[in-house]
Amino acid sequence: MPLNEKTGEFTPKIVAFCCNWCSYAGADLAGSSRLAYPAEVKIIRVPCSCRVNPMFILRAFEKGADGVILCGCHPGDCHYSTGNYYARRRMTLLFSMLDYIGVEKGRTRVEWVSAAEGVKFSTTMNEFAAKIHELGPNVRLEDLRCKN
Amino acid sequence: MAMMKITRDALPALYARIAAEQSLILPVKTAGQTNFGLWNETADVDLYALKTVKSAKDAFFPQSETLYTCTTEDKKITITPEKLTDEQFVVFGIKACDVQGIKVLDKVFLSAPVDSFYAARRAHGTIVAMACSAPSESCFCHAFGIDPTEPADADVVIWPVGDTLCWKAMTEKGEALTALAGDLLTAADAADETALENAKAFTKSVMQKLPYANLTLEGWGADKTDEKFNSPVWDDLYKGCLACGTCTFVCPTCQCYDIKDYNTGKGVQRYRCWDSCMYSDFTMMAHGNNRNSQMQRFRQRFMHKLVYFPTNNDGMFSCVGCGRCVDKCPASLNIVKVIRAFQKAEKGETK
Amino acid sequence: MQELINRAKELLADGTVVRVLGWRKGDMDYNPEVAYFNSAEELDNFVYDGFCGANLSKYMIEASKLEGKTLVFLKPCDTYSFNQLLCEHRVDRDKAYIIGVGCRGKLDIEKVKAQGISGITAVSGTELDGPDSIKVSTIYGDFDVAYTDAMLERCHVCKGKEHKIYDELIGESKDTHDMDRMAAVAAIEAMSPTEKFAYFQAELSKCIRCNACRNVCPACSCRKCVFDSTKFDSQQKANVDSFEEKMFHIIRAFHVAGRCTDCGECSRVCPQGIPLHLFNRKFIKDIDELYGKYQAGETADQRAPLVNFTFGDAEPSIVNERGSK
Repeated sequence: MPLNEKTGEFTPKIVAFCCNWCSYAGADLAGSSRLAYPAEVKIIRVPCSCRVNPMFILRAFEKGADGVILCGCHPGDCHYSTGNYYARRRMTLLFSMLDYIGVEKGRTRVEWVSAAEGVKFSTTMNEFAAKIHELGPNVRLEDLRCKN
Repeated sequence: MAMMKITRDALPALYARIAAEQSLILPVKTAGQTNFGLWNETADVDLYALKTVKSAKDAFFPQSETLYTCTTEDKKITITPEKLTDEQFVVFGIKACDVQGIKVLDKVFLSAPVDSFYAARRAHGTIVAMACSAPSESCFCHAFGIDPTEPADADVVIWPVGDTLCWKAMTEKGEALTALAGDLLTAADAADETALENAKAFTKSVMQKLPYANLTLEGWGADKTDEKFNSPVWDDLYKGCLACGTCTFVCPTCQCYDIKDYNTGKGVQRYRCWDSCMYSDFTMMAHGNNRNSQMQRFRQRFMHKLVYFPTNNDGMFSCVGCGRCVDKCPASLNIVKVIRAFQKAEKGETK
Repeated sequence: MQELINRAKELLADGTVVRVLGWRKGDMDYNPEVAYFNSAEELDNFVYDGFCGANLSKYMIEASKLEGKTLVFLKPCDTYSFNQLLCEHRVDRDKAYIIGVGCRGKLDIEKVKAQGISGITAVSGTELDGPDSIKVSTIYGDFDVAYTDAMLERCHVCKGKEHKIYDELIGESKDTHDMDRMAAVAAIEAMSPTEKFAYFQAELSKCIRCNACRNVCPACSCRKCVFDSTKFDSQQKANVDSFEEKMFHIIRAFHVAGRCTDCGECSRVCPQGIPLHLFNRKFIKDIDELYGKYQAGETADQRAPLVNFTFGDAEPSIVNERGSK
């Protein structure tokens, strides 16, 4: 379990997959607008939310993530027209499956964030990080080889 | 050593007593299936199951094990070899066929170059073999000269007779375990010996009535490579094969493994895991694969068990007739069908 | 059965087909194997009875690459798989002559053994027009087992006796549906997260990664599976870690989500008796409830739900409302 060296508190690892065209730009805007979001959030830029294979989400948990969030363009605004519609179905089914095998529901999330929504990006990340703090470390999808 | 006995009711106490000193591995039922597993107070022990799904092979040659770990810190790489087993353990309730399976593994791992991981486990493991009382329809250990009522090469042999189990130590390790069991064991008397002889006779009569009772290995064995390798029979036999690894992974004698690296994010774990000659990446090399059709892979498995292994090991087959592949093959193909198909073809009969 | 053999011989003789894909008598009454028959003589070993559960659609992928037409016998549920493969261009319709065979449910010898019956020497009464109970002869005596008590789980939730694709039909099918297909899935959904986790942990800990579930699956038709890649940081053949088990089973089911016809082959072949269909059915149930009822393989020209969408699809957050309490 990752602990803060100074405070001894749980410091989660959060992976945010952000689409290149909207959400990554939204994160940029949050930054240039001096809006704060937790440093626990690590952004991975992907060409489109649709690029995210369900395996990416599971891999993130394997390698030590405590929460995984996917951000993409709003439905209807996809740079490639329809990518996020496919991503939406995939993630719905994947999250439902994770819930089905007993993984806590709050550990995964999808949020649509446009390039103009720096505020939404930062509030989403703050909210999500708070949720992961509440849930504690990921145990049910951990890979013991990657711990320690 | 004299014959001892223990009642069935006293078994949990025996497990607890052994487990207090050493790890105890025995047939445990999980979600409806019995496999060898570690004993603990909540374990659902299924000692009387005839066949575990997987053999007891895992106790000495686990399906996967780490060999060494490399960790990096700045520019420094540290290599930590995995520690060899230095704790005693007991494998309880192995059947005669599986004990013979371990002898087959010994041929591979204990001849030079000795496999230190396997050797350490063999040195620290005590084998308590259990005689069979009711072999099933898929059993054919007799074809390999195994007597299921007299398991050979074990440290202790136990025979279930009604609600008692006769117990006999065969080696020094076995005597040490007998001493550990202490007052849970009592001396067997003449009546017990008679009951045991009757039980053995019954088991042997069962063996003779089973469907594979007349199976022989005629035509198979050392130095049969030339006559079998190019036979057209293979072409017909393999077609139903799904190329899964079920037969390999439930087999007590299959010993091939693969070595792989796992990136933990902080370094690399080099580990080995069982491999199956049924898989397309088996013995994959830079130039590709040396067996590139499923027929060749299928042939490899049976030729290895029935021809190549005996050729290199004084006629010892690397099949022990446990019948797990007969029970478990998803496509209902199995080694008995292969043995017989060739015997028929060689006698000029069509299948 | 004789009717099937006679018809196969005719079709071989008149050159309609060059080979027959069917089942061959095993060395016991309950283990027939999938085999090709190239001549009338070989067909004498053909068998079709309650133990011929194997779905031959999967074998048609390979048969489609062979020269000439193959006669294949498909049970009603197998025709769904064939349609789905056709839809994905994995089989060639012109290379197949399909005889739809009747089915009254397929048998599982494990269910017979689970009743404490061992030392089996013969099983009779398993043919299509046989009696309501099968006779199991053992070295300890004979037993009668009700046909339905020895049936595979999938037959209790049978999709129906209609063949979805065929050239001709031989034999009457019987309705074997007597259980709710989604009952087991719903029961798990009703559990608490801790119970769910414990349930799947126990089931998946048995997995030996033999890949039989994948290899038998008619929907798993990739030439090279993602789990077989040497570049892929996963262990496709070792139960090395509990995470790997979950990942393998989630991804296996996910890759066939929307394409799985629920033929039940995965659960039939699992050597460890893992109820793998519970993963596939969860996806089917979700798809049905969220995107409208869909049966893969119903026809050969459908668009599968995961390569489709509507503007008004549910957001992933719906899982928070539908999922565990």
